[in-house]
Amino acid sequence: MMLQAETVHQVGELSATGFVVASTIKILAAFSLVMVTVAMLTLLERKISAWMQDRLGPNRVGPGGLLQPAADGLKNILKEETNPAESHRIFFNLAPMLSIIPALVTFAVIPFAAPLPTQWGLVEMVIADVPVGVLFLLAFSSLGVYGIVIAGWSSSNKYALLGGLRAGAQMISYEIALGLSLLSVFFLVGNVRLTEVVTMQQELGLWFALPLAASFILFWISVFAETNRLPFDLPEAESELVTGYHTEYSSMKFSMFFIAEYAHVLTASALMATLFLGGWDIPGWAGDNIRVIGDGTVVGGEPAWWITLLTFLAFLLKTAFFILVFMVVRWTVPRFRYDQVMDLGWKIMLPVALAVVVITAGTILTLDELGVEYGLVYGLILTVVNLAMLAAFLLILDRGRVLAGTGSLTEKRREAQEKARLRRREEAMTTSTGSTAD
Amino acid sequence: MAINVRTMKRPDQKSSYVRASLKGMALTFRHLVNPNKKTLEYPEQKPDLSPRWRGTHVMEQHEDGRPKCVACGLCPTICPANCIRLIPGEDDQGNRYPIVYEIDEFRCIFCGMCQEVCPVEAIHVGQHYENAEYSREGFVYDLDRLMSQKHESTLLWDPSDPAGE
Repeated sequence: MMLQAETVHQVGELSATGFVVASTIKILAAFSLVMVTVAMLTLLERKISAWMQDRLGPNRVGPGGLLQPAADGLKNILKEETNPAESHRIFFNLAPMLSIIPALVTFAVIPFAAPLPTQWGLVEMVIADVPVGVLFLLAFSSLGVYGIVIAGWSSSNKYALLGGLRAGAQMISYEIALGLSLLSVFFLVGNVRLTEVVTMQQELGLWFALPLAASFILFWISVFAETNRLPFDLPEAESELVTGYHTEYSSMKFSMFFIAEYAHVLTASALMATLFLGGWDIPGWAGDNIRVIGDGTVVGGEPAWWITLLTFLAFLLKTAFFILVFMVVRWTVPRFRYDQVMDLGWKIMLPVALAVVVITAGTILTLDELGVEYGLVYGLILTVVNLAMLAAFLLILDRGRVLAGTGSLTEKRREAQEKARLRRREEAMTTSTGSTAD
Repeated sequence: MAINVRTMKRPDQKSSYVRASLKGMALTFRHLVNPNKKTLEYPEQKPDLSPRWRGTHVMEQHEDGRPKCVACGLCPTICPANCIRLIPGEDDQGNRYPIVYEIDEFRCIFCGMCQEVCPVEAIHVGQHYENAEYSREGFVYDLDRLMSQKHESTLLWDPSDPAGE
């Protein structure tokens, strides 16, 4: 597929001990990085909500409030832990763990930078490059709902139970659209390994956000539902269910649900960056198109430590973009009503996702049959098809009113028309009186 | 119409969800990047008090340091919260003075009626509001403490026209 003479670089393979050491370092680094980021996300959420409401947000603990998460954590550890008398003790304690672990584990398969050459061999910048990467991700991200459902049930509280039930129903409804929109990515990549997804986007010369635009938007909406963020925060709906599934939780166990939520946000953002925004790919530069073909041999650019660093920064920026959108949406959009969530999930998302999968698959099959080479033209044809599907989806979602505007505009237009009519009538009056005077 | 109330034009027909959401997000994003924040960083920045603000009491005193209070008993009588304790005394020239004069700032509702009723302009409510204490007893201000208050008294009372003429 690559026409240019491929430059092959031999960096050398890691020995067995080298692999163990490298993996341990990667796990420790990634784990601490994720935990610190999650802590910072709680601060960022408060800061962003404050800025949006023209406030300043927490700024007392540490420089600019940076140590606020540490203070919150300390406070939560020192708080009294309450166990409701009627609760099912084992499950009540198990639930926070069940919700936090899947959220953290999913990060293991996401490639976060270009491979790093060391004197002991080539180190791939992914904790576990599992051949079933995306399936692993799907499996673990849906495990998170068990924590929530068990928390709701074991609390012996009607509000908590309702929250748990809602979480379960919502996850099942949106998991389908999520999985279906992922299918298009697999068609295009022909693999479920996440490093391969990144490589194929580099080869296409386009990030999948364009050639798979319809799937991208569907995936994005489903991810909002999966992470229980507004406008889909039905499981914790404060105004209806106290705080939903974690009503009965206190101190660090309560805190763990929050860490799980933010870890989910982080993982989902990183996943979207990997699947649809080119992962660690730097746009418009071929030097980072490094593809590992095993045994410490790479094809394409020559790996270097500074390329690893730059690609890591690119990955961080893309993830940060999605996190920012998560937060802007949360503090803008109100919560759906429960029946609206189900309507959107089953009546719109599911059929549209099915149609998108079929049409994308058909397009890819046709392009392959016609012998179009996998490259920019291939991507652009897919882009056109997908943008058309996206427009159709938005039209269905909006009952054909996307072009109608936001009400205030139509109101303005109506007022202007009325004014114009009055002016015309006045003009007619003056001309008619003028003529009678003659 | 009350001050600062804006009447919004609501759409009279059904509008686009997608475009309305995007419009809302654009609005919140504009506020997000707007550097002009409304927060008053309290301990460093203090709010501007109204000239008519009624806060912690001040007892006026003569040049020689005696309180202006003549212990007439009008303020404990008028006080709706019953927070003033006064024990009057009389010296050998027949001048009345307060032996005990205490105001419980915790019970006080800062209505300012003690100031209005005072015939000699001795007790005033003032431009001050930070009276935190570690115990309830700390809120009972005695005569010395009331006289040592340094803040301005409320502009409901004009020192150049003490009797309000």
